[in-house]
Order: sequence, then structure tokens, then C-alpha cells
Amino acid sequence: MPKRTAARVEPRAGALTEGGPVPSKGRRSFLRQGLAMAGTALASGAVGTGVARATPLPVPPSNQSMGRPIPQQMYGMPSKYEAHVFRERSSVFKNRQNFSDWSMTPLQHQTGILTPNGLHFERHHAGTPDIDPATHRLVIHGMVKQPLVFTMEDITRYPSVSKFYFLECSGNTLTDWIKAASPTVQQSHGLLSCTQWTGIPVSWLLDEAGLLPGAKWVAFEGADGAAHTRSIPLEKVLDDCLLVYGQGGEMLRPEQGYPLRLFIPGWEGNVSVKWLRRIKVGDQPWYFRSETARYTDPMPGGKWRQFSFVMECKSVITYPSGGMKLKGPGLYEIQGFAWSGRGKIKAVDVTVDGGRTWQEAQLEEPVFDKCLTRFRFRWNWNGAPAVIASRAVDSTGYVQPTVEQIGKVRALTGFVQHHNGIFPWSVSSSGEVKNAVA
Amino acid sequence: MSESKPAKPAVAYGKPVSEADIASWNIDIRTSDGKGLPAGSGTVAQGKQIYEAKCAACHGPDAKGGPQYGTMVGGIGSFTTPQRVLTPGSMYPYAPILFDYIRRAMPMDRPQSLTSDEVYAVSAYILYLNGLIPENFVMNAQTMPTIQMPNREGFILDDRPDVKNERCMRDCKPIRG
Repeated sequence: MPKRTAARVEPRAGALTEGGPVPSKGRRSFLRQGLAMAGTALASGAVGTGVARATPLPVPPSNQSMGRPIPQQMYGMPSKYEAHVFRERSSVFKNRQNFSDWSMTPLQHQTGILTPNGLHFERHHAGTPDIDPATHRLVIHGMVKQPLVFTMEDITRYPSVSKFYFLECSGNTLTDWIKAASPTVQQSHGLLSCTQWTGIPVSWLLDEAGLLPGAKWVAFEGADGAAHTRSIPLEKVLDDCLLVYGQGGEMLRPEQGYPLRLFIPGWEGNVSVKWLRRIKVGDQPWYFRSETARYTDPMPGGKWRQFSFVMECKSVITYPSGGMKLKGPGLYEIQGFAWSGRGKIKAVDVTVDGGRTWQEAQLEEPVFDKCLTRFRFRWNWNGAPAVIASRAVDSTGYVQPTVEQIGKVRALTGFVQHHNGIFPWSVSSSGEVKNAVA
Repeated sequence: MSESKPAKPAVAYGKPVSEADIASWNIDIRTSDGKGLPAGSGTVAQGKQIYEAKCAACHGPDAKGGPQYGTMVGGIGSFTTPQRVLTPGSMYPYAPILFDYIRRAMPMDRPQSLTSDEVYAVSAYILYLNGLIPENFVMNAQTMPTIQMPNREGFILDDRPDVKNERCMRDCKPIRG
């Protein structure tokens, strides 16, 4: 494990602007700033116009030697200087075994909306199986006219569909609503990833098997050691669920369900059953352990909310975020992600004064349905202690709630799930960024 | 998919399969009424023996928790307190959940290795430890769905959105402190 060092965050060089998104008509002055920046000193923290250098830049060794040769065959890997970027198990909630466990995406290092396949979060109930696609089978049976079996060769012969979607575990941020436990955004929000998924609509194969009248629910079962199973309403299955074999331009990673998984857009990750081997159609839910004793939400008075599938509108600032250190006053571009299981992100607001005032951030294109959306907001930090946070609004008009608002209607006890509260980071006068949720 | 739902192509690559062909895969139980429970039976005493041989290493003696996992006994009545204790006894609305889950996922290092008789017996032992069945109970497809589980009425359907935030921009209530 490479040793983690707290990231030192430099202010952006260039003329300071008022906080707020970049207005389109301000582009010309922005370009002028850029030209000014091209001549600025590289000395850390230097801001503004260029100054003549005291020491000439040396020619780098890479200019004076040959680089690595091109191997005959190779799967490319990140630069050795990026060894601090990795998936990581929870440092807050330590399981006593690592088979029914999870590891999280380093969102603070994710530059765009797509999560690299090697950094996509994972959550398994009995470890990661290595399944040979040649022997894998998918069975469809139950309330259908003709039970069917498919090989992977069969499934990949159909015309395909590719869609960009986020995937978020129902337990994302579960450690942090009562006390600030996670030091970084990877630890607090890293059960979240986003990529392009390729496969076929489940509805095609259900249609091929022929749904019988009265069919209302569908059970999906994995080929892993937990034979993980969930009941899903038929209406959602027919609407937009996919049988997925491709992820981010290649075949699924083993930890994402190779060779075949279910993908249910906008819903908790747990229902997108990996290593999918069986689909059974029925007229009512099965009430498996995974939808009764687990993945249900404690409510005041002792009840449990069940079949709480959708991941509601949520956002978080990833830059600057916990564990980073700002290097003095200046211009910083606050960046982060927003997403909603109910539709598209309509707006993201940012506060730099603990929620007293909010300003609209800029959304970065593309803005897709049920997909991570990146937001940007220019902040001229004056060096005083500050609390920053983001608040997302989705296409249904739903506004991301505060932790306090959620705490009034749900019981925040034990394994808190589906929590989409506004998440603040504090910035100290020395520039240290910390989890400030409680 | 509504906005760009691709039309189903006029091809079909599935091969017909019979229920007999997939019998060993067909392991789901509809737990609310026990539909799918197989033939076989088990007793509390048999379950204790199997538990001690195959389960105690992780779950601890008398299912009270071990090196890997917490207790599987107790917690009934705890959901109205701040410290909810989740066990098969306190949490499962239907007893057949035990059969379905143990058969498909336990023991963790050898899932699907137990016989139906063994699964019935271990289920009986755990429910007995939770005080939900007497010591002489015989667990089988007929008796399992009849066990009255304390949390049977403990669930409500998803009723979100359950909060309504306003998009305040000025003079708003601070988000902390």
C-alpha cells in the first residue's frame, strides 16, 4: 500500500474573479488571464503577472533520453506517480472478514464523470468469483410460456445498447450522519461510480420467453457464493433494466459481475445483481433476506421502510475535500459531483459560508439522465475559516435535503442507508479541509 | 429508457429448457408462504449438532456471536429503542427466509453444501434459541411457514420523497451549528 500524503492544493494562478460560475460573455477576459498565466513563474503560490526568473529552467532528463519501448502486448497502467490513487476498504467500518465487504472509489482523484474500471467501487457478499464465460449460463423461467437458457455467445449476438449511468450503494455515506467519521470523500462517498454500460434490455429476453398474465415481480439471482437475490417490480424491469456485459469500453471486471450482470438505472447498487445466472418471473415479491433483514431503512417507532429502491438526488464537493490543504488565499475552483436516480440534474448550488447564502454553480456537459454530473464554482478564498457544501436539484424539482431534515423523518440508527444529505467540508485558516458533517 | 428505447430485434437466441434441467438451480423460496420449500425435515437437537460443527466457528457458541459475526439471538422488542439488535428472531418477517438464505449462502466457505434436512435442522435451532419455537418442534415445509415471527408487520412500503427542502439562496438557515 503506498503511503498516503495529504494533498497540497495550490490556488489557481491568474486574476481573481468574484465567486460564481463563469459567465459565457466573460470568456474573452478568461482567455486574457490564460495568456497572462502562460508567462507566470512556476514558483508555488505565485499569482498574477509574470516575473523574470532568477534561475533558468533545466532541460528535463526525459528530453535527453529515450523512453520505454512499446511492448508487443500490454494492458496499459497509470503512471507510477499516480500510485496514491487506489480503491480502498472502509477505514471507519471495519469488517472482521473481507469477503462480505466493500471498497471505495477515490472520487477526489476522479477528473471527469467516468470512473476508471480499476477504481469502480465494489461490494460483494461472498468475494469475487472468476467465471469462465464459456461455461456461464443465464436461465429465464417461472411465469413464462417457454423457459429459456442462454450462453454468453447468445447474449452478445443481440444488437446492443450502451448507456452512461451512475451506480451508488444504498449504504454510501453510512458512517457519517451522526458523527464526522470519514477523513476523505473516498471514505464518505466512495460507494459511488459512473461509467458506460453495454448490454441488452432485459425486456427483450422476457418477451422471448413470453410473460404469462399476472406476472408482476421478477427475481434475479447471482452465480456467486452468496447466490445474491433480489425481487424487482416487473414495471421497472420492462422500463429500463439492462443485462450488461460491457463496462467502460471493455468487458465487465470480475468484481463488477463478469461475464454478466443486471443493471437497474438509478436504483441502489444491491439490486443490480452481478454474475447473473437466473431470472424467475412471479406474481409477488419473494421477501428474501436481502429485502427484509437487510436493505430496509429504520423508521421512527420501530418500523422498517421496504423496497426503498431509488437513490435520491445527492451531491458532494470533491475538490477541495477532506484531507486536502489549501496553500493560502486565492482563487480555487470548487468541483464536485451531483446525481439523481429520478432523472437529470437541473442545478447545483454551492455555499462557502456554511449555508447562509448559496450561489448557482456551473454544470459541465454532458448532463445525462441518472448519471454523474460534474459541477464547478470559482471561489476566491480570503483565508478565513469557511464551511463549503453543495446542494443539488433534479429534474423532478426535488432539492437535496439537509442532514437535519432527514433526521426528523427517519431513524438514524445502525446501518443508515439511502442518506442523501447535504455534506459540508470545513476549511481552517491554515487551509486544512475536514469533514464537517457533525 | 423512455427517451431512446431501442426496438426489440426480430431475433431469438434462447434455447428451450425444462424445469427438470434447472432443478438444482431452482433454489428460491417465496418466504411469505413457503412456496418452494423442499421435502425433508429437521429438529432442534439435530440443528445444534450441525451448528456446532459448521457454523459456530464464525457465529460463536449458542449463536451469540463469534470472531466474524455478531449475535443471531435476541433483539426482539429492541426496535423501539435507540439500539436496534438485528437477528433472524427480531428481524425476519417470515421464518422461511432462514431456509432460503442458509441454503444459498451458508456456510460461507461452502455455500449450497447443506442437505435440505440439515438446513431445516439449523433453522430450527436458531429459531429455538430465539424463543420462537419449542424444543420438540419438527421443522419442515408444512410447519416452517406457520411460525409467527415478531417482525411480520414491521415493514412499510417506500414512501419517499419524505423530505422537502427549499432552494433558499439568501439569509438561509446555516447547515451546521
